[in-house]
Amino acid sequence: MTRWSRFNIVSVALGFAFLYLPIVLLVVFSFNESKLVTVWAGFSTKWYVSLFNNQGLMDAAWVTIRVALLSATIATVLGTMAALSLVRYTRFRGRMLFSGMVYAPLVMPEVITGLSLLLLFVAIGFDRGFWTVTLAHITLTMCFVAVVVQSRLLSFDRSIEEAALDLGATPLRTFFEVTLPIIAPAVFSGWVLAFTLSLDDLVIASFTSGPGATTLPMKIYSQVRLGVTPEINAACTLLIALVAIGVVIASIVTKQRELQRQRDEQAAVAGR
Amino acid sequence: MKALGSSIFSRLVIIVPYVWLLLFFLVPFVIVFRISLSTTAIAQPPYEPVFSLADGLSGIIDNIRQLSFDNFVWLTEDALYLNAYLSSIKIAGISTLLTLLIAYPIAYGMAQAPRTWRPTLLMLVILPFWTSFLIRVYAWIAILKPEGLLNQLLLSVGIISEPLIILNTNWAIYIGIVYSYLPFMILPIYSALEKMDHSLIEAAQDLGCPPITAFWKVTFPLSLAGVVAGCMLVFIPAVGEFVIPDLLGGSQTLMIGKTLWNEFNSNRDWPVSAAVATVLLLILVVPIVFFQNMQAKADEKGR
Repeated sequence: MTRWSRFNIVSVALGFAFLYLPIVLLVVFSFNESKLVTVWAGFSTKWYVSLFNNQGLMDAAWVTIRVALLSATIATVLGTMAALSLVRYTRFRGRMLFSGMVYAPLVMPEVITGLSLLLLFVAIGFDRGFWTVTLAHITLTMCFVAVVVQSRLLSFDRSIEEAALDLGATPLRTFFEVTLPIIAPAVFSGWVLAFTLSLDDLVIASFTSGPGATTLPMKIYSQVRLGVTPEINAACTLLIALVAIGVVIASIVTKQRELQRQRDEQAAVAGR
Repeated sequence: MKALGSSIFSRLVIIVPYVWLLLFFLVPFVIVFRISLSTTAIAQPPYEPVFSLADGLSGIIDNIRQLSFDNFVWLTEDALYLNAYLSSIKIAGISTLLTLLIAYPIAYGMAQAPRTWRPTLLMLVILPFWTSFLIRVYAWIAILKPEGLLNQLLLSVGIISEPLIILNTNWAIYIGIVYSYLPFMILPIYSALEKMDHSLIEAAQDLGCPPITAFWKVTFPLSLAGVVAGCMLVFIPAVGEFVIPDLLGGSQTLMIGKTLWNEFNSNRDWPVSAAVATVLLLILVVPIVFFQNMQAKADEKGR
């Protein structure tokens, strides 16, 4: 096969260089001895030390992780339910509106989502802080979970579910014992996606947060405006490392599940 | 499916996310629209009138009388807003085009890659999406600065004799948007190209069609759905982008997301920022609905 031509290889290689080089440079310069982010002056981990002594950043990191864990978990439950309703129930009143509300947040500019949620919280007199950021993140990320789970449900063999129901299992039990184990990898990657989106969000968090609930992106943003420092590079590197570990674990879990499933299937075929 | 269709479980599955989205997605827009019709007040919250059930029905009717379209009139009178809308659409349009030009060859190359490599290549495109958007934009500041890494490289190689001024110009914004949204363009185009039946190209070439013509007559039309989806995924959020123009753009860069942010955070003018958001939403409603219809059609096919 000569389809993988030189032109193809070069464009893919250049594309990946463009995607990865800025991140690599950012990580490299977090280990820079000099305070200048653009001049290399030797290897040092001192910015990591100063980062861990920066109480403001550490507090913000803790708030961010709590918000992300809580919002991702609730968003996964709601998003999975939304995906089920979209795929399984093709006819219910207001389905058009519902699917519209699931897809719109995916492309809605964050300034609009953030402002509208803030105005809602003000209108109902909800004090801004940890809980408002969490609610806002649940709303945004559940739609991403819904899309991820939905694509798995679409390629799902419905006859197994029907068999369970025919054998007298309740819909609830069918869901937990048949459907959920099969779609679990998609649900899990939905959770990871929701977690990282929440970890990452600046605009919506800035609008909906209040005193005492400054998230890490908000903190990084306010420092970036004052200038680029290696300490921020170090904070960013740690965030990247955290997400990378999450993604690696997610892909290993998914892979193992897949292998397990294949082994089960082979065993079932052999045992027949 | 009848058995699943009528139980309490299935009702809950629909109702819970439905109510959640109504409450936290749709109702907030209604509130934005309502506040855009209010007038600014020095109060907490800083707008009038404030609806409250305590005033009774007559109070609410009074409040409705006080609503006005002044903020929208204000938006048309001050050239700042109109220019910001137009410039956002222009910047988003140019960036979308640039993203398409860069993403297409990458997606095409990936779709031509040996089958065993494709999952890895796909993973490599998705990975940067998992790293923070803010961090990826921030990384470009150190590269594009006048004394930054790009200028150092170009100066030392001798391509330029004076540092290029890129940071704080529109070019920096284009680079930032192309960089941040590239995966959103690559993925739909790749999945359209990957599904393509390659024998069509072979047939065209066997019949004497030159490769370039075969590309424009066969490959490109077949990937059009992916191209359109990618453009929507880039253009719509880019119009309202805030982080990129704020960090990479200059003080004279006008983008509506930044205007809205400043109006809200610096000027504390809630009604005007609500009006800005309402108009932005009206501008984006057409492409958003278009995007949703496309998404819904794709779902129907997948079913």
